[in-house]
Amino acid sequence: MNPNYLDFEQPIAELEVKIEELQLVGSDNDINIGEEVGKLRDKNKKLTEKIYSNLSPWDIVKVARHPLRPYTLDYIPRVFTDFDELHGDRHFADDNAIVGGLARLDGEPVMVIGQEKGRGVQEKVRRNFGMPKPEGYRKAMRLMEMAERFKLPVITLIDTPGAYPGIDSEERGISEAIARNLAVMSHLRTPIISVVIGEGSSGGALGIGVGDHLAMLQYATYFVISPEGCANIIWKTSEKAPDAAEAMGLTSTILQGLGIVDDTIEEPSGGAHRDIDLMAERIKLHLVNQLAELKKLPLDDLLAKRYDKLMSYGSD
Amino acid sequence: MSWLDKIVPTVVRRENNDRRTNVPEGLWKKCVKCEAVLYRPELEKNLDVCPKCNHHMRIGARRRIATFLDEGNSEEVFAHIEPIDRLKFKDKKKYRDRLTAAQKSTGEKDALIAIKGAVKGVPVVVVAFEFNFHGGSMGYAVGEKFTQAANLALQENIPFICFSASGGARMQEALISLMQMAKTSAVLERLRRNGVPYISVMTDPIYGGVSASLALLGDINVAEPAARAGFAGPNIIEQTIRQKLPPGFQRSEFLMEHGAIDMIIHRAEMRDVLAGLLAKLTHRAAT
Repeated sequence: MNPNYLDFEQPIAELEVKIEELQLVGSDNDINIGEEVGKLRDKNKKLTEKIYSNLSPWDIVKVARHPLRPYTLDYIPRVFTDFDELHGDRHFADDNAIVGGLARLDGEPVMVIGQEKGRGVQEKVRRNFGMPKPEGYRKAMRLMEMAERFKLPVITLIDTPGAYPGIDSEERGISEAIARNLAVMSHLRTPIISVVIGEGSSGGALGIGVGDHLAMLQYATYFVISPEGCANIIWKTSEKAPDAAEAMGLTSTILQGLGIVDDTIEEPSGGAHRDIDLMAERIKLHLVNQLAELKKLPLDDLLAKRYDKLMSYGSD
Repeated sequence: MSWLDKIVPTVVRRENNDRRTNVPEGLWKKCVKCEAVLYRPELEKNLDVCPKCNHHMRIGARRRIATFLDEGNSEEVFAHIEPIDRLKFKDKKKYRDRLTAAQKSTGEKDALIAIKGAVKGVPVVVVAFEFNFHGGSMGYAVGEKFTQAANLALQENIPFICFSASGGARMQEALISLMQMAKTSAVLERLRRNGVPYISVMTDPIYGGVSASLALLGDINVAEPAARAGFAGPNIIEQTIRQKLPPGFQRSEFLMEHGAIDMIIHRAEMRDVLAGLLAKLTHRAAT
């Protein structure tokens, strides 16, 4: 089994191996196999579309955690230009699980902040697998307050398995760090746009996710507890995670239906990892359009609208 | 064991189960901590704090508020708010059925009670979590009542006090629960900007979404002795770091040492101390 493909993606992996083999044979022997390869590619495209048109919530959880899934640092250079990363919370440390800094979106200066899981073992360890500690949230808050002072919109990219559950996290007040961000973001006097690009896990995700507009990529997830955690509580085994995923309503479709998510950004056929450039293009277009919309509102109206939206969560 | 017991961190469970009392319900009660056999009327007079070892036992939301506020002149507010099962959540049981059972056993509509009254003459709005209702978890109804109660304090320009005890966000309302964290934090920020005092009182236990929102946002955060409060439950942390946790981890004394709370207050002194703090914050004469 190819580890870069999920279980339900294995037929795609097999077909791609065939295409590759055929190409190798072709280059060895002067036979024109272009037509055959083309046919297989078409077949593969249809197969991918077919598989992806029928994903269960649990499949979507797996796509959101796909080993090849693009992360914040894959998107930043494609969506923005001129990114200058800024570091540190000014109190304790620089948390590499959250990256942030000044950048330009279609020429306009913005503050961009996102969780980064890290690719490759070393990077993953350095970035704590995208699990921020208090200093990460405090760095994010510092950057957001800076954005407010200099009238820059804030864009956040959400992708985390959760805030880090460890002794040091608790010692330095992870609860307070998240809570303070929620309070500050609810009143920050500049537009805030958030996009869940992968996993939106609970308070750790929300800690950079309160704002004026919330979108999810088509195969991103957003939940209050991981499906494994939910299954552990209810069925006492994480093996029931697929059932939990079904019950929890963690997909963009359901969350948009509940009025919590404002928009879903369509992914390329077979998921964002199959065409990062195309995905980045769509995210950029989304951000440019949303920002233009939000900028039309006077700041007081924007803040009132954000507050009313927050107050409405859960009401019919 | 119900799922509710399961969300309570292992340490709590251990304490509850291993030392389960053999004393029949009635006139006597055994302290779960020091195992002293206590005369119930005496214990109640002591606000359910063990007179031998000072262990603060869990008390219900209504009793908590009744013993905290001045007698008379208090009224319950926003009692009409009810939970909504927007997701039609169903696991082994329907969420709706779980709600009905919790409502029946506690006599409450959901896990938060709000009362307007006064403490030593200082008018206040007080909310308290009922832990026996779904582990005091926060879904729409809790978030909504908290928000409306905070708004009432804002409108009347009187202090707002919350006694929290909660396992966290309510899983069965999924992201609606998560958004109550944003909602309650937003209303508290409004109080903060308008100079309306908010005191958060932490009582055992507070975890997850309630910890990472309303419980840590007080102008003044206080806790009862030995109350546990944290973002992640001790069992989750132990699984993650594969280490035993140090004694006293996440208890009030730990929170105080690490700068998360201002004071640890004995239950019997809560009224006097908070009234004194509020009188100063609102420029009233000493009581």
